[in-house]
Amino acid sequence: MCLAIPSKVVEIKGAVATIDVHGVRRDINITLLPEEIGIGDYVLVHAGFALQKIDREAGDDAIKLINEVLEGD
Amino acid sequence: MITESIYRDKTVVEKIIRQIRRISLKRPVKIMHVCGTHENVINRFGLRDLLPEGVEVIAGPGCPVCVCTAQDIEFAFELAMKKKAVIATFGDMINVPSSVGSLNNAKTQGADVRVVYGPFDAVRIARENPKKQVVLFAVGFETTACGVASIVQQSNLPENFSILSSHRLIPPSMEFLLGVGDLRIDGFLIPGHVVTVMGLAQYKLFPEAYRMPTIAAGFEPVDVLLGVMAAIKQINQGIAKCENVYRRAVHDKGNIKAQMAIKEVFDVVPAYWRGIGKIPRSGLRLKERCKMQDARYRFDTAETWDLGLGAGICPSPASSPQSLPLNDINPGCSCHLIMIGKIKPLDCPLFGNTCVPEAPYGPCMVSMDGTCRVWYKYKRFKI
Repeated sequence: MCLAIPSKVVEIKGAVATIDVHGVRRDINITLLPEEIGIGDYVLVHAGFALQKIDREAGDDAIKLINEVLEGD
Repeated sequence: MITESIYRDKTVVEKIIRQIRRISLKRPVKIMHVCGTHENVINRFGLRDLLPEGVEVIAGPGCPVCVCTAQDIEFAFELAMKKKAVIATFGDMINVPSSVGSLNNAKTQGADVRVVYGPFDAVRIARENPKKQVVLFAVGFETTACGVASIVQQSNLPENFSILSSHRLIPPSMEFLLGVGDLRIDGFLIPGHVVTVMGLAQYKLFPEAYRMPTIAAGFEPVDVLLGVMAAIKQINQGIAKCENVYRRAVHDKGNIKAQMAIKEVFDVVPAYWRGIGKIPRSGLRLKERCKMQDARYRFDTAETWDLGLGAGICPSPASSPQSLPLNDINPGCSCHLIMIGKIKPLDCPLFGNTCVPEAPYGPCMVSMDGTCRVWYKYKRFKI
């Protein structure tokens, strides 16, 4: 019900984008997104709507943080 | 995604677990999450078994299908059977029992009940069936409500389309649980995708007024464990603040556009939660100016009703604010205790015996987000 799935954008036509999740494609609505997206971006999708662009750099930051925190492990 | 796999990486998980084990707890801690997807991840990856003794993660009311009242299901049932409306709803909703049966029962009796992936599918069904009334039975938390709000904002919605809103909001239910005296929660994990939409600000209440560490976490094993670790650290240090360990999706302010959509279309009203009761400011009702899209208005002339009590065509329950709506929890069912994390599915004598996914006795065994269904799926039962 509440799954929000990170999905790759492969095509954009106005308010609709086509996403690809492990080879499965479907059209989603992107009108709720607060920022512009491009082909190749990842978005969080729920019930047919893209809710947020996934910030890859923040993701990388988080990994760096994990590694730093755990470095002394 | 290149980096996504690292959030399931065994080595990273092991490292975090070692870090958690190194924290010397001053006392046992109990952390509550309020998300069916978190409960799924925790069970799927066996995360509870990895946590040290003294760290307990319990499931709160994180399943929108489970907390949708029987009265709303009965209302949808009546619309399908008596008004011959097409009911479009999300997957698990069609199997939830009520006093008149489930929507699936209505379907087997000839009603037109359809499962849709998102609100747009329901609008499409309305366009394709101009002679029929099509009602989107909309359940879900903020994550789903913003999509529904977005379609209401469209100017060209078909006239035969309306919405039965059973949307609920997460923070009021968390606050309600803090008033349940013997629950003794030490911290909250909050669902990343809800915070993706609504932002962190509305959760500041929990650390500031209730001294509750409150962590926004994502949905991979590493995300959940980072959240648990952050909560334990705060509890141990005697501090309480909002933290975000799901930074790749959650921005502190959330998605303003989605928040605006909800605000423009819905009023925040008191609402009933199945098995829990009435919670102030916890439901979303379509605004007066959107009432032509409101199925409760379209199919019923009653001026006053509380969200979650169906509408006038259903028998109305006792009016005491403390009393549960009628027919909500069957005799012997423990869902009302499981939903607030007071007991575990294994404590319910019906779990896995008379209550199974094929024949669910209570709502928690129906939905993929229901705690009992999740525990059953991952074989967390005694043999």
